Amino acid sequence: MSAGAQAALAAGTAAAQVLAVPVLELENVSKEYPGSPPVRALDQVSLAVTAGELTAIAGPSGSGKSTLLHLIGTLDKPTTGTVRVTGLDVAAMTDRELSALRASRIGFVFQQFFLAEHQTVLGNVADGLLYAGIRRDQRQRLAADALDRVGLGHKAGARPTQLSGGERQRVAIARAIAGRPPVVLADEPTGNLDSGTGAALLALLEELNQQGTTIIIITHDHAVAARTRRRIEMLDGHIIADTSPVTGHPAADGGRTSGSGPGGRPARRQRGQEGPS
Amino acid sequence: MTTTSPRSAAPPAARLRPADLAALASIGLRTRKLRAGLSALGIAIGVAAIVAVLGLAASSTATLLAEIQALGTNLLTVTNGQTLTGDTAELPEAAPSMIARLPGVTADQYTGTVNGVNAYKSPYIPPLETNALTVAASSLGLPAAAGTSLAQGRFLNAATAREPVAVLGAATAQRLGIDRIRPGERIWVCDQSYQCPVGGMWFYVTGILNKDTYAPELDSAVLVGFPAAEHYLGLDGHPSQIYVRTASNPAVTTAVDSLLGAQANPENPSQVNVSQPSAVLTAQADAKGALDTLFLGLGAVALLVGAIGVANIMIISVLERRSEIGLRRALGATRGQIRAQFLAEAILLSLAGGVIGVIAGAAATAAYARGHGEPVVIPPDAWAGGLAAALLIGALAGLLPAIRAARLSPTQALLSI
Repeated sequence: MSAGAQAALAAGTAAAQVLAVPVLELENVSKEYPGSPPVRALDQVSLAVTAGELTAIAGPSGSGKSTLLHLIGTLDKPTTGTVRVTGLDVAAMTDRELSALRASRIGFVFQQFFLAEHQTVLGNVADGLLYAGIRRDQRQRLAADALDRVGLGHKAGARPTQLSGGERQRVAIARAIAGRPPVVLADEPTGNLDSGTGAALLALLEELNQQGTTIIIITHDHAVAARTRRRIEMLDGHIIADTSPVTGHPAADGGRTSGSGPGGRPARRQRGQEGPS
Repeated sequence: MTTTSPRSAAPPAARLRPADLAALASIGLRTRKLRAGLSALGIAIGVAAIVAVLGLAASSTATLLAEIQALGTNLLTVTNGQTLTGDTAELPEAAPSMIARLPGVTADQYTGTVNGVNAYKSPYIPPLETNALTVAASSLGLPAAAGTSLAQGRFLNAATAREPVAVLGAATAQRLGIDRIRPGERIWVCDQSYQCPVGGMWFYVTGILNKDTYAPELDSAVLVGFPAAEHYLGLDGHPSQIYVRTASNPAVTTAVDSLLGAQANPENPSQVNVSQPSAVLTAQADAKGALDTLFLGLGAVALLVGAIGVANIMIISVLERRSEIGLRRALGATRGQIRAQFLAEAILLSLAGGVIGVIAGAAATAAYARGHGEPVVIPPDAWAGGLAAALLIGALAGLLPAIRAARLSPTQALLSI
């Protein structure tokens, strides 16, 4: 565990630009949901995220960003294409192996926090490590450490119901980072928060990123996306813009067309797929 | 974990430790106490019924066996049987003295039923209200041999056996409304052939017997002396029931048992009934268990209903906790770990019901047994069986909901908010 965490830390501090280790790679990934007609939520998406990046994936609802989150988070498998997390090909892995991958290498933050009310804040954070094979006392120690990092060390004994929305989301972030996973996925982390609290939360995510954690934020809020170094914009299952600091990765060709909606559509048609609209 | 590079092989799935699984399994119980309590109640009632039925049966059997042990198993009774034509056969007058000569016989006492004679509280009682009491003549050492003793007063002796004096069985005293021996306490004994109450006379009560486990016929009897019975009531002197005690060695008792018929009535051994009350009672205690199967069946039905309740509550719980399942899958729980969590929860729920049921069943047994002065016996079969049944039911009831929870895909589970 500590070895992996150190590797992630090292990757972050030794500057992502130099090493450019891809923690996440998507190659021509499509996802179709069965139905009549079948719904194509993602269409030939390619993307790479290197260690230490802070990335926002933005787009309106229905743009495919939730599907992208599920695929990146290995909660679902693509219909076609390749998804690699920390170099491991998701398609070749069993459900059990994917679970282990999530337990040790991916941290999740959800819009709805998903905190257990019957447990203390510390217990909630420690439970994030329940499936990583870590002993209880060490889980508690890592959880306390994570709470300190999000600035809630003094609330360890409180119940989630006694906390404000912003504090609850900080607890959820602590749970995601407690095991120091190489990747943290935040799904609309500010969606249930007011703008002031949301800004403070983004500042926390930036701070954690500066300490070396690779963070991907999925959001429909362009104000949130504007704060990150890298922004990936999605529409109708395609990446229509990628202000990528890393040049030459597979997503670059799709990302060249900057600008929103109208600019993106021709780009998608150029790629010659059937298109749902 | 041995990974040092993010490009190495997939990490192995970690196992949940038993303590962690137990903590996970108790979430439902801790967060939804009322619901868990109600669904465990069905199991508790079923287990309590089974434990109480088995416990009560064991307690009363233990009482009876202890009583039999105290009274001794060396009592044999000889009663007059029937002749070939179906009439009541009479035991020879010499039967008691002949039985006394058998080796191994330590005591032999007898009674002779006086037919057509009834006992009343007073001459003013209508003759038909006989209270189902019998009047019998008795030898002088009867109580000890027949397994009873005097509750009050004195038994017959050589002097009072000649006089109109009576000793009452326990039930007789109750039915005649005599609870203790007062000076001059008397009952009206009357021969039906002289048209009661005209042909009757007063008999003075000198004693009341305790309840007799081995010879319940004595409980409803009015005992008088043989000479008095012959003199006042017209008894012909034949004994009708002989109580034989042997040396307290089962082999001797068996040997005497086999000889008693021929010894009591050498001419017609087949017209004699010989029985061993202790053996009869033991057999009865065993046979009583058969009646319990009805109640055990009711307990089983309650368990079945309880199992359906647990299964139902678990299915609802899985539906309600979809987002929790989704979160746990995102945190890295395998399908097997989700399945184990809900299966363990069902088992825990059912087992909690089982424990409550065993405690309630044991308490019911204890309360009943104490109330009846019996020893409290909870057979290991009962409580271990009750807990095992609860465990099995929990596993069966939780299986389907747990499989459904594990089948839920992480994305479905997370979307359902």
